[in-house]
Amino acid sequence: MQVDLSSDFFDLFGLDQQFVIEGDALVARFQSLQKQLHPDRFAAMSDAEKRWSMQAASHVNEGYQTLRNDLKRAVYLLKLKNVSIDDETDTQMSPMFLMEQMECREALESAGSASDPLVALDAVRQQLKSGIQEQINDFSSAVEKKDWIAARNTVRQWQFLEKLAREVKITEEQLED
Amino acid sequence: MALLQIAEPGQAQAPHQHKLAVGIDLGTTNSLVATVRSGSADVLKDAHGVSSVPSVVQFKPDGAVLVGNAAEEASSGAAAGAQNAIRSAKRLMGKGATDIDGSWLAKHYEFDLTSGSLPAFVTDAGPKTAIDVSAAILNTLKETAEQTLGGDLVGAVVTVPAYFDDAQRQATKDAASLAGLEILRLLNEPTAAAVAYGLDSEEEGIVAIYDLGGGTFDISLLKMKHGIFEVLATAGDTALGGDDIDNLLVAWLLEKAGVHSLAGAREEAVTKQYARSLKEQLSDQSTVSVDWSDGQGNTWAGQLSRDELDTLIEPLVSRTLKPCRQVLRDADVSREEVRAVVMVGGSTRVPRVRERVSEFFERPVLTSIDPDEVVAVGAAIQADILAGNKPDSDLLLLDVTPLSLGLEIMGGMVEKVIPRNTTIPIARGQEFTTYKDGQTAMALHVVQGEREMVEDCRSLARFELKGLPSRIAGAARIQVLFQVDADGLLTVSALERDSGVVASIDVKPSYGLSDGEIERMLRESVDNAGVDMQKRILLEQKVEASRVIEAIRSALQADGDEHLSEDEREAIDQHILAVENTLQSEDRDGIKSAVQALEQVSNVFVERRMNASVRQMMAGQQVDSLG
Repeated sequence: MQVDLSSDFFDLFGLDQQFVIEGDALVARFQSLQKQLHPDRFAAMSDAEKRWSMQAASHVNEGYQTLRNDLKRAVYLLKLKNVSIDDETDTQMSPMFLMEQMECREALESAGSASDPLVALDAVRQQLKSGIQEQINDFSSAVEKKDWIAARNTVRQWQFLEKLAREVKITEEQLED
Repeated sequence: MALLQIAEPGQAQAPHQHKLAVGIDLGTTNSLVATVRSGSADVLKDAHGVSSVPSVVQFKPDGAVLVGNAAEEASSGAAAGAQNAIRSAKRLMGKGATDIDGSWLAKHYEFDLTSGSLPAFVTDAGPKTAIDVSAAILNTLKETAEQTLGGDLVGAVVTVPAYFDDAQRQATKDAASLAGLEILRLLNEPTAAAVAYGLDSEEEGIVAIYDLGGGTFDISLLKMKHGIFEVLATAGDTALGGDDIDNLLVAWLLEKAGVHSLAGAREEAVTKQYARSLKEQLSDQSTVSVDWSDGQGNTWAGQLSRDELDTLIEPLVSRTLKPCRQVLRDADVSREEVRAVVMVGGSTRVPRVRERVSEFFERPVLTSIDPDEVVAVGAAIQADILAGNKPDSDLLLLDVTPLSLGLEIMGGMVEKVIPRNTTIPIARGQEFTTYKDGQTAMALHVVQGEREMVEDCRSLARFELKGLPSRIAGAARIQVLFQVDADGLLTVSALERDSGVVASIDVKPSYGLSDGEIERMLRESVDNAGVDMQKRILLEQKVEASRVIEAIRSALQADGDEHLSEDEREAIDQHILAVENTLQSEDRDGIKSAVQALEQVSNVFVERRMNASVRQMMAGQQVDSLG
C-alpha cells in the first residue's frame, strides 16, 4: 500500500522548497505529525489502520531525518530538481580542493603517531568543519543562482569532507577506548 | 470465564469502558506486572502478597509448571527437583546452539540441541526452550493480573532491553503468543523508566538512563519535553548484569574456601543466593562477616569489605562505561548537556556503581526512584494509553533501533541499510540485481550489527527469492525493503521492479521459530491445556470480525459518500455481508479469509480517510501558526 501524504518532504512539513529552512518550524511540524500518526495512536485499531499508521509514521521519520540534516537536505533538494549526484560521467573536483583533501588525509593518518593524538585529530576535525561550512555557503549561493551544476559539484566535495570527518570520528573513538 | 470485551471503534457513541491492560517487566532475575487504575500506576501482587516474581521456572514430570517463589521452594527440596529449576532464561532468548558453547549457561544447565531448531533446557517434562520458560512466567503474571483486576486483559506492554536484537525481540513476542498474551507494544526498558521518571518529575531536557539489571545493561539518552520522549541514542551489553557480580562473588568464595567446584545445581543456586545477600548487605555496611558452607563439608568464615567488593567488580563497572561514551558520541551530546542521570535496575544499588557513574557524568546520579519497579510502572503507563483508556493523552514516544541492519554483499561484507539509532518506525530500500544470465532466484542474508564483515555481525535470517523473471545478468532490478516497526522488529520484503513480481520469499530465521513451528507449539500447548481452547479461539475470532465490521460501518456512515464511488461502496458492503454470513458458522478459516478479503477491499477507503484527516490537521496547523 503506497502512502501518499504529500508530493515531497518540504510540502509534508509545510516548508518552502529551498535550502535554508526554519529549524524550529520543522521540529514543530514533525512532532505534531507524529502525535497524529504514530503507531501508538493506533494500537487499539484494526490491522489495516495499524499498517497504514506504520507506513505513514515511517514516511514522516524519513522526511524529518532527510530535512534536518544539512547534507541530506541538499542532496534531496537537488534530487527534486532532477540533478543526480551519482552521475559517473562528470566527476571533476577542483585541483585545489583535491590537494587540500590530500593534506587533510595525511594529517589524519599521522595524527595517530603524534605526541598528543587527540589534539592532532581535533585540529583535523576543525579544519574539516570550516571546509564544510565553505561548501555549505557555496551551495547556498549556487542554489540561489539556480546554477545546478555548481551546486552538484559543491555537494560532491561536501560529501567527500563528511566522509573524512566520519573517519576522524572513528579514529577518535578507537583512541578513547 | 469472564466475558471478552468487544473493543470500540474510533468514534463510538457508547460510554467509554476502561480496558484492562498491564505493563510487564520480564527480567532476567525478577519479573513484575503493573497497571494503571484510579489514575495511578501500581505494581500488582499475587495471592501471597508478592510483587516481585523470581524469573525461575520448574517443569514437573506430571505437566505442572511452577513459577517464581513456588519454583524456588520446590527446588530447595529434594535434589532431584533442583536440576530442573531454570533461572535467567532471558540470557538464552534469541540465541542458537553455537551461542551456548562455552557460555555460563552451558556450565550450569544441560541442553538438548537436536530436537528442535532452538536449543532447549533438558527438564523432567522434556526439552523446554527459553521461549517456553518465558511464556510460563508471562502466563503467571497474566493470571495474577486477571485475578486481581477481575477480568480479561486486552493486552500488555512487555519491556525488553533496548539493546536486544531482532531475534531476541521476536523470541519475546513468541513467548507472549504462547502465553495467550496480546502484546500492545514491545517497549525498551530505559524508555519505560524514562516515561515513569519524566512524568513524575516533569523534568525537561536531556536525561541519561543507566539501567543495570540482572543480566543486561542499557544506557539511553533521551530528550524529554512536554510529554514527548525522544531517544537520541542507545547502547549496552545484553550479557552484562547483576548476575555477573554474583558470579564473581561466588568465584571469590570458592577461592577463599579452596573449593574447586560445587557439587551440583542446587549447591550452586544456594551459594549464589548467599553471595547475593553479601552484596546487598555491603550496600549499607562497609564490612560484612562471611560464614559459608557448601553442604559438602567445605566451609569458610571471614570478612568481606566494601573495598574488596569494589576491586572485584571494577572490570565489570568499567565495561558499562564504554557504551556510555558511545551514546554521548552517537547523540553528539556532551556530559554538561545531560541534566540528570537516572539509575534503574537493582544492581545500581551497589555503591561503587553509583560512584563510578557519577564520576563519569560529572554529576551525582539520581537514586530516588525505585530501581526495581520503575520499568514496570512506565510500561503500565503506556499500556493504559495504548489500550485506549486515555484518548486525550499527549504522550509521544520516539524510540530508535539500537543496532544497524544490513544485507550481506559480495565478499562477505555488510551493506548497512538502516543505521543504528534511527528513529522508528522506518522503512528503507536497497536495490540489487542478478549476476548471471537467466538467474531466477536470489539468496539474501539479513544481518544486524556494526561491523564490516558478515561473520562479525548477528545473522537474522536468510531469504530465498524465487520466481524472478529470466533476464540477462544485471537487467533485473530487485528492490529489497527493510521495514522496522514500532516494536523494533524487522520485516523484509522484495519486489522485482519491472515485472512487479513479488518473488516468493522463504524466510528462515537464524535463531528463531518459523511460522510453522510457533503454530505447532501453540497447538501443542492447547492440546495439553485440557481446556476447550478451540471454542475460545473461535469466539475471539468472531469478536474480532464483529469489531472490524463495526469500525468500517461507522467510518462508512461518517464519510463513505465523500471518499468512495458507488461501485467501491457496493463492493465493501458486499464483503461485510460475506463476513456476517461466516459468523453464523464454526468455520475458523472461512471467517479469517472473509475478514481478510473485507480488509483488502476497504484499504483504499482507510487510506483516503487518513490522508484527508492529515490534510485537515495540517490546514488547521497553518491557521494556528498565524496567531
